[in-house]
Amino acid sequence: MSWAALLGLGVAAYALKAAGLLVLGPRASGGTALRLAGLLPAALLPALVVVNTFAGDRRWVLDARAVGLVVALALTWRRAPFVVIVAGAAAATGGVRLLG
Amino acid sequence: MDSSPPEVLATKVRRDAWVLGAAVGAFGVSFGVLATTAGLSVPQACVMSLAVFTGASQFAVVSVLATGGTLASALGSAMLLAARNAAYGVALAPTLAHRRLGRRLLAAQLVIDESTAMSTAQSGRRAREQAFWVTGIAVFVCWNLGTLAGAVAGDAIGDPEAFGLDAAFPAGFVALLVPHLRTRAGRVAAGAGAVIALVLIPLAPAGVPIVAAASAVLPALLFAPSRAREGARA
Repeated sequence: MSWAALLGLGVAAYALKAAGLLVLGPRASGGTALRLAGLLPAALLPALVVVNTFAGDRRWVLDARAVGLVVALALTWRRAPFVVIVAGAAAATGGVRLLG
Repeated sequence: MDSSPPEVLATKVRRDAWVLGAAVGAFGVSFGVLATTAGLSVPQACVMSLAVFTGASQFAVVSVLATGGTLASALGSAMLLAARNAAYGVALAPTLAHRRLGRRLLAAQLVIDESTAMSTAQSGRRAREQAFWVTGIAVFVCWNLGTLAGAVAGDAIGDPEAFGLDAAFPAGFVALLVPHLRTRAGRVAAGAGAVIALVLIPLAPAGVPIVAAASAVLPALLFAPSRAREGARA
Protein backbone atom coordinates (compact mmCIF):
# COMPACT_ATOMS: atom_id res chain seq x y z
CA MET A 1 0.00 0.00 0.00
CA SER A 2 1.44 3.38 -1.02
CA TRP A 3 1.90 6.26 1.40
CA ALA A 4 -0.27 8.43 -0.87
CA ALA A 5 -3.23 6.01 -0.65
CA LEU A 6 -2.77 5.67 3.09
CA LEU A 7 -2.68 9.41 3.76
CA GLY A 8 -5.56 9.96 1.33
CA LEU A 9 -7.65 7.50 3.35
CA GLY A 10 -6.69 9.36 6.54
CA VAL A 11 -7.79 12.69 5.08
CA ALA A 12 -11.08 11.22 3.77
CA ALA A 13 -11.88 9.50 7.09
CA TYR A 14 -11.22 12.75 8.99
CA ALA A 15 -13.31 14.76 6.50
CA LEU A 16 -16.32 12.49 7.12
CA LYS A 17 -16.04 12.93 10.90
CA ALA A 18 -15.53 16.70 10.66
CA ALA A 19 -18.36 17.12 8.13
CA GLY A 20 -20.85 15.67 10.60
CA LEU A 21 -19.54 17.47 13.66
CA LEU A 22 -18.74 20.89 12.16
CA VAL A 23 -20.86 21.30 9.02
CA LEU A 24 -23.97 19.12 8.98
CA GLY A 25 -24.54 18.94 12.76
CA PRO A 26 -24.73 22.68 13.54
CA ARG A 27 -27.05 23.27 10.54
CA ALA A 28 -29.42 20.59 11.81
CA SER A 29 -30.23 22.73 14.85
CA GLY A 30 -33.78 22.29 16.08
CA GLY A 31 -36.70 20.47 14.54
CA THR A 32 -36.90 17.15 12.78
CA ALA A 33 -33.26 16.95 11.68
CA LEU A 34 -32.01 17.10 15.26
CA ARG A 35 -34.59 14.52 16.38
CA LEU A 36 -33.44 12.21 13.59
CA ALA A 37 -29.79 12.71 14.59
CA GLY A 38 -30.64 11.96 18.22
CA LEU A 39 -32.19 8.67 17.17
CA LEU A 40 -29.16 7.60 15.11
CA PRO A 41 -27.35 5.79 17.94
CA ALA A 42 -30.55 3.83 18.69
CA ALA A 43 -30.59 2.69 15.05
CA LEU A 44 -26.85 2.10 14.57
CA LEU A 45 -25.97 0.35 17.85
CA PRO A 46 -28.18 -2.73 17.19
CA ALA A 47 -26.84 -2.81 13.61
CA LEU A 48 -23.28 -2.91 14.98
CA VAL A 49 -24.32 -5.69 17.39
CA VAL A 50 -25.92 -7.74 14.60
CA VAL A 51 -23.03 -7.29 12.15
CA ASN A 52 -20.34 -7.94 14.77
CA THR A 53 -22.15 -11.11 15.87
CA PHE A 54 -23.79 -12.71 12.83
CA ALA A 55 -21.81 -11.49 9.78
CA GLY A 56 -19.30 -13.62 7.92
CA ASP A 57 -17.96 -12.98 4.44
CA ARG A 58 -21.28 -11.75 2.97
CA ARG A 59 -23.27 -14.48 4.71
CA TRP A 60 -24.93 -15.17 8.04
CA VAL A 61 -22.79 -17.01 10.58
CA LEU A 62 -23.87 -18.63 13.83
CA ASP A 63 -20.77 -19.26 15.94
CA ALA A 64 -19.28 -18.71 19.41
CA ARG A 65 -19.97 -14.97 19.15
CA ALA A 66 -23.72 -15.70 19.43
CA VAL A 67 -23.11 -17.32 22.83
CA GLY A 68 -21.33 -14.16 23.94
CA LEU A 69 -24.30 -12.07 22.76
CA VAL A 70 -26.79 -14.23 24.70
CA VAL A 71 -24.65 -13.82 27.84
CA ALA A 72 -24.42 -10.05 27.23
CA LEU A 73 -28.20 -9.78 26.84
CA ALA A 74 -28.81 -11.81 30.01
CA LEU A 75 -26.31 -9.74 32.04
CA THR A 76 -27.76 -6.49 30.69
CA TRP A 77 -31.26 -7.73 31.60
CA ARG A 78 -30.00 -8.39 35.15
CA ARG A 79 -28.54 -4.85 35.23
CA ALA A 80 -24.98 -6.07 35.65
CA PRO A 81 -22.19 -3.43 35.56
CA PHE A 82 -20.71 -2.58 32.14
CA VAL A 83 -17.40 -4.31 32.95
CA VAL A 84 -19.20 -7.53 33.89
CA ILE A 85 -21.28 -7.50 30.69
CA VAL A 86 -18.23 -7.05 28.45
CA ALA A 87 -15.99 -9.50 30.34
CA GLY A 88 -18.79 -12.07 30.66
CA ALA A 89 -19.50 -12.06 26.92
CA ALA A 90 -15.81 -12.34 26.04
CA ALA A 91 -15.31 -15.18 28.53
CA ALA A 92 -18.35 -17.06 27.19
CA THR A 93 -17.22 -16.76 23.56
CA GLY A 94 -13.61 -17.60 24.42
CA GLY A 95 -14.80 -20.57 26.50
CA VAL A 96 -16.91 -21.97 23.68
CA ARG A 97 -13.95 -21.63 21.25
CA LEU A 98 -11.69 -23.38 23.76
CA LEU A 99 -14.11 -26.32 24.02
CA GLY A 100 -14.83 -26.41 20.29
CA MET B 1 -28.00 5.19 37.47
CA ASP B 2 -29.41 8.68 36.88
CA SER B 3 -30.08 9.15 40.59
CA SER B 4 -26.37 8.89 41.53
CA PRO B 5 -24.44 12.11 42.25
CA PRO B 6 -22.57 13.57 39.21
CA GLU B 7 -19.09 12.77 40.60
CA VAL B 8 -20.02 9.11 41.09
CA LEU B 9 -21.29 8.93 37.51
CA ALA B 10 -18.13 10.65 36.24
CA THR B 11 -15.93 8.06 37.96
CA LYS B 12 -18.05 5.26 36.54
CA VAL B 13 -17.79 6.70 33.03
CA ARG B 14 -13.99 6.98 33.33
CA ARG B 15 -13.73 3.34 34.45
CA ASP B 16 -16.06 2.11 31.70
CA ALA B 17 -14.13 4.12 29.10
CA TRP B 18 -10.80 2.52 30.01
CA VAL B 19 -12.39 -0.96 30.12
CA LEU B 20 -13.59 -0.32 26.58
CA GLY B 21 -10.15 1.09 25.72
CA ALA B 22 -8.42 -2.09 26.94
CA ALA B 23 -10.63 -4.25 24.72
CA VAL B 24 -9.96 -1.92 21.78
CA GLY B 25 -6.22 -2.06 22.55
CA ALA B 26 -6.26 -5.85 22.24
CA PHE B 27 -7.86 -5.41 18.84
CA GLY B 28 -5.26 -2.79 17.96
CA VAL B 29 -2.66 -5.50 18.53
CA SER B 30 -4.43 -7.81 16.11
CA PHE B 31 -4.76 -4.95 13.61
CA GLY B 32 -1.01 -4.34 13.82
CA VAL B 33 -0.32 -8.02 13.17
CA LEU B 34 -2.77 -8.20 10.27
CA ALA B 35 -1.51 -4.94 8.72
CA THR B 36 2.11 -6.08 8.64
CA THR B 37 1.21 -9.52 7.29
CA ALA B 38 -0.85 -7.74 4.57
CA GLY B 39 2.29 -5.95 3.43
CA LEU B 40 2.23 -2.65 5.32
CA SER B 41 5.42 -1.50 7.02
CA VAL B 42 5.44 -0.86 10.79
CA PRO B 43 5.40 2.96 10.29
CA GLN B 44 2.51 2.62 7.80
CA ALA B 45 0.45 0.53 10.25
CA CYS B 46 1.05 3.09 13.00
CA VAL B 47 0.31 6.12 10.80
CA MET B 48 -2.90 4.47 9.63
CA SER B 49 -4.09 4.03 13.23
CA LEU B 50 -3.19 7.63 14.06
CA ALA B 51 -4.61 9.25 10.92
CA VAL B 52 -7.55 7.03 9.91
CA PHE B 53 -8.50 6.05 13.48
CA THR B 54 -11.68 4.13 12.81
CA GLY B 55 -11.05 0.48 13.50
CA ALA B 56 -13.60 -1.20 11.26
CA SER B 57 -12.38 0.75 8.21
CA GLN B 58 -8.76 -0.12 8.94
CA PHE B 59 -9.57 -3.82 9.31
CA ALA B 60 -11.50 -3.64 6.03
CA VAL B 61 -8.52 -2.15 4.18
CA VAL B 62 -5.93 -4.66 5.35
CA SER B 63 -8.24 -7.69 5.12
CA VAL B 64 -9.15 -6.86 1.50
CA LEU B 65 -5.47 -6.30 0.66
CA ALA B 66 -4.45 -9.50 2.50
CA THR B 67 -6.92 -11.59 0.48
CA GLY B 68 -5.65 -10.15 -2.80
CA GLY B 69 -8.33 -7.52 -3.37
CA THR B 70 -7.63 -4.34 -5.31
CA LEU B 71 -6.65 -1.11 -3.58
CA ALA B 72 -9.84 0.51 -4.94
CA SER B 73 -12.10 -2.10 -3.33
CA ALA B 74 -10.09 -1.90 -0.09
CA LEU B 75 -10.49 1.88 0.07
CA GLY B 76 -14.13 1.74 -1.05
CA SER B 77 -15.22 -0.60 1.72
CA ALA B 78 -13.23 1.45 4.23
CA MET B 79 -15.05 4.63 3.18
CA LEU B 80 -18.47 2.95 3.44
CA LEU B 81 -17.63 1.88 6.97
CA ALA B 82 -16.31 5.35 7.81
CA ALA B 83 -19.48 7.04 6.52
CA ARG B 84 -21.29 6.35 9.78
CA ASN B 85 -18.83 8.64 11.57
CA ALA B 86 -20.45 11.57 9.73
CA ALA B 87 -23.80 10.53 11.25
CA TYR B 88 -22.13 10.26 14.66
CA GLY B 89 -20.72 13.76 14.18
CA VAL B 90 -24.24 15.09 13.59
CA ALA B 91 -25.46 13.37 16.78
CA LEU B 92 -22.52 14.77 18.80
CA ALA B 93 -22.65 18.33 17.39
CA PRO B 94 -25.02 19.77 20.06
CA THR B 95 -22.78 18.38 22.84
CA LEU B 96 -19.67 20.14 21.49
CA ALA B 97 -21.27 23.19 19.82
CA HIS B 98 -20.13 25.64 22.55
CA ARG B 99 -16.43 24.78 22.08
CA ARG B 100 -14.02 26.83 19.96
CA LEU B 101 -13.26 25.73 16.40
CA GLY B 102 -9.78 24.43 17.28
CA ARG B 103 -11.17 22.19 20.00
CA ARG B 104 -13.92 20.89 17.70
CA LEU B 105 -11.39 20.15 14.94
CA LEU B 106 -9.49 18.07 17.51
CA ALA B 107 -12.71 16.43 18.70
CA ALA B 108 -13.61 15.40 15.14
CA GLN B 109 -10.78 12.86 15.04
CA LEU B 110 -12.29 11.15 18.14
CA VAL B 111 -15.78 10.75 16.58
CA ILE B 112 -16.08 6.93 16.50
CA ASP B 113 -18.44 4.13 17.61
CA GLU B 114 -17.26 3.97 21.22
CA SER B 115 -17.08 7.70 22.02
CA THR B 116 -20.50 8.31 20.42
CA ALA B 117 -22.14 5.39 22.21
CA MET B 118 -20.70 6.35 25.62
CA SER B 119 -21.54 10.02 25.17
CA THR B 120 -25.12 9.61 23.97
CA ALA B 121 -25.82 7.14 26.80
CA GLN B 122 -25.38 9.97 29.36
CA SER B 123 -27.97 12.57 30.23
CA GLY B 124 -27.05 16.24 30.38
CA ARG B 125 -24.57 18.10 28.17
CA ARG B 126 -21.70 18.13 30.72
CA ALA B 127 -21.88 14.38 31.31
CA ARG B 128 -22.13 13.75 27.58
CA GLU B 129 -19.10 15.89 26.79
CA GLN B 130 -17.02 14.33 29.56
CA ALA B 131 -17.94 10.82 28.35
CA PHE B 132 -17.04 11.80 24.79
CA TRP B 133 -13.54 13.06 25.64
CA VAL B 134 -12.57 10.38 28.14
CA THR B 135 -13.76 7.56 25.87
CA GLY B 136 -12.25 9.09 22.73
CA ILE B 137 -8.87 9.61 24.42
CA ALA B 138 -8.86 6.16 26.10
CA VAL B 139 -9.66 4.43 22.81
CA PHE B 140 -7.16 6.58 20.85
CA VAL B 141 -4.32 5.83 23.27
CA CYS B 142 -5.07 2.09 23.54
CA TRP B 143 -5.73 1.57 19.81
CA ASN B 144 -2.44 3.22 18.81
CA LEU B 145 -0.31 1.52 21.47
CA GLY B 146 -1.92 -1.79 20.50
CA THR B 147 -1.20 -1.19 16.81
CA LEU B 148 2.46 -0.42 17.54
CA ALA B 149 2.85 -3.54 19.70
CA GLY B 150 1.13 -5.75 17.13
CA ALA B 151 3.03 -4.36 14.16
CA VAL B 152 6.39 -4.80 15.90
CA ALA B 153 5.64 -8.24 17.31
CA GLY B 154 4.01 -9.47 14.09
CA ASP B 155 2.93 -13.04 14.11
CA ALA B 156 4.51 -13.74 17.50
CA ILE B 157 1.32 -12.57 19.22
CA GLY B 158 -1.59 -14.97 19.46
CA ASP B 159 -5.03 -14.37 18.07
CA PRO B 160 -7.14 -12.19 20.42
CA GLU B 161 -10.23 -13.93 19.06
CA ALA B 162 -9.14 -17.02 21.02
CA PHE B 163 -9.97 -15.04 24.17
CA GLY B 164 -13.37 -14.05 22.82
CA LEU B 165 -12.41 -10.38 22.61
CA ASP B 166 -14.38 -9.96 19.38
CA ALA B 167 -17.51 -10.66 21.47
CA ALA B 168 -16.58 -7.78 23.79
CA PHE B 169 -17.62 -5.19 21.17
CA PRO B 170 -21.23 -6.29 20.58
CA ALA B 171 -21.59 -6.84 24.35
CA GLY B 172 -20.50 -3.27 25.01
CA PHE B 173 -22.87 -1.99 22.34
CA VAL B 174 -25.77 -3.94 23.91
CA ALA B 175 -25.09 -2.30 27.28
CA LEU B 176 -24.81 1.14 25.68
CA LEU B 177 -28.07 0.68 23.79
CA VAL B 178 -30.19 0.40 26.95
CA PRO B 179 -30.70 4.15 27.61
CA HIS B 180 -31.92 4.58 24.00
CA LEU B 181 -34.73 2.05 24.57
CA ARG B 182 -36.56 4.21 27.13
CA THR B 183 -38.65 5.93 24.46
CA ARG B 184 -40.96 4.32 21.91
CA ALA B 185 -39.10 6.09 19.07
CA GLY B 186 -35.83 4.65 20.35
CA ARG B 187 -37.27 1.13 20.49
CA VAL B 188 -38.67 1.39 16.95
CA ALA B 189 -35.33 2.72 15.65
CA ALA B 190 -33.42 -0.07 17.43
CA GLY B 191 -35.69 -2.84 16.16
CA ALA B 192 -35.71 -1.53 12.60
CA GLY B 193 -31.94 -0.95 12.65
CA ALA B 194 -31.29 -4.54 13.74
CA VAL B 195 -33.61 -5.97 11.06
CA ILE B 196 -32.14 -3.81 8.26
CA ALA B 197 -28.58 -4.82 9.16
CA LEU B 198 -29.46 -8.51 9.50
CA VAL B 199 -31.30 -8.65 6.16
CA LEU B 200 -28.47 -6.84 4.32
CA ILE B 201 -25.59 -8.97 5.67
CA PRO B 202 -25.74 -11.52 2.80
CA LEU B 203 -26.94 -8.99 0.20
CA ALA B 204 -24.54 -6.04 0.50
CA PRO B 205 -20.77 -5.53 0.87
CA ALA B 206 -19.28 -5.05 4.34
CA GLY B 207 -20.10 -1.65 5.79
CA VAL B 208 -23.36 -1.16 3.88
CA PRO B 209 -25.59 -2.97 6.43
CA ILE B 210 -24.45 -0.59 9.19
CA VAL B 211 -24.75 2.58 7.10
CA ALA B 212 -28.16 1.50 5.76
CA ALA B 213 -29.41 0.90 9.32
CA ALA B 214 -29.26 4.68 9.82
CA SER B 215 -32.49 4.84 7.77
CA ALA B 216 -34.24 3.15 10.73
CA VAL B 217 -34.67 6.61 12.27
CA LEU B 218 -37.38 7.34 9.65
CA PRO B 219 -39.93 4.70 10.77
CA ALA B 220 -39.09 5.74 14.35
CA LEU B 221 -40.28 9.28 13.62
CA LEU B 222 -43.31 8.08 11.63
CA PHE B 223 -44.54 5.58 14.19
CA ALA B 224 -43.67 7.43 17.35
CA PRO B 225 -43.75 11.15 16.45
CA SER B 226 -44.78 12.56 19.81
CA ARG B 227 -42.10 10.65 21.71
CA ALA B 228 -39.31 11.36 19.23
CA ARG B 229 -38.17 14.46 21.09
CA GLU B 230 -37.44 12.41 24.19
CA GLY B 231 -35.53 9.99 22.01
CA ALA B 232 -33.26 12.80 20.91
CA ARG B 233 -32.41 13.53 24.53
CA ALA B 234 -32.19 10.06 26.04
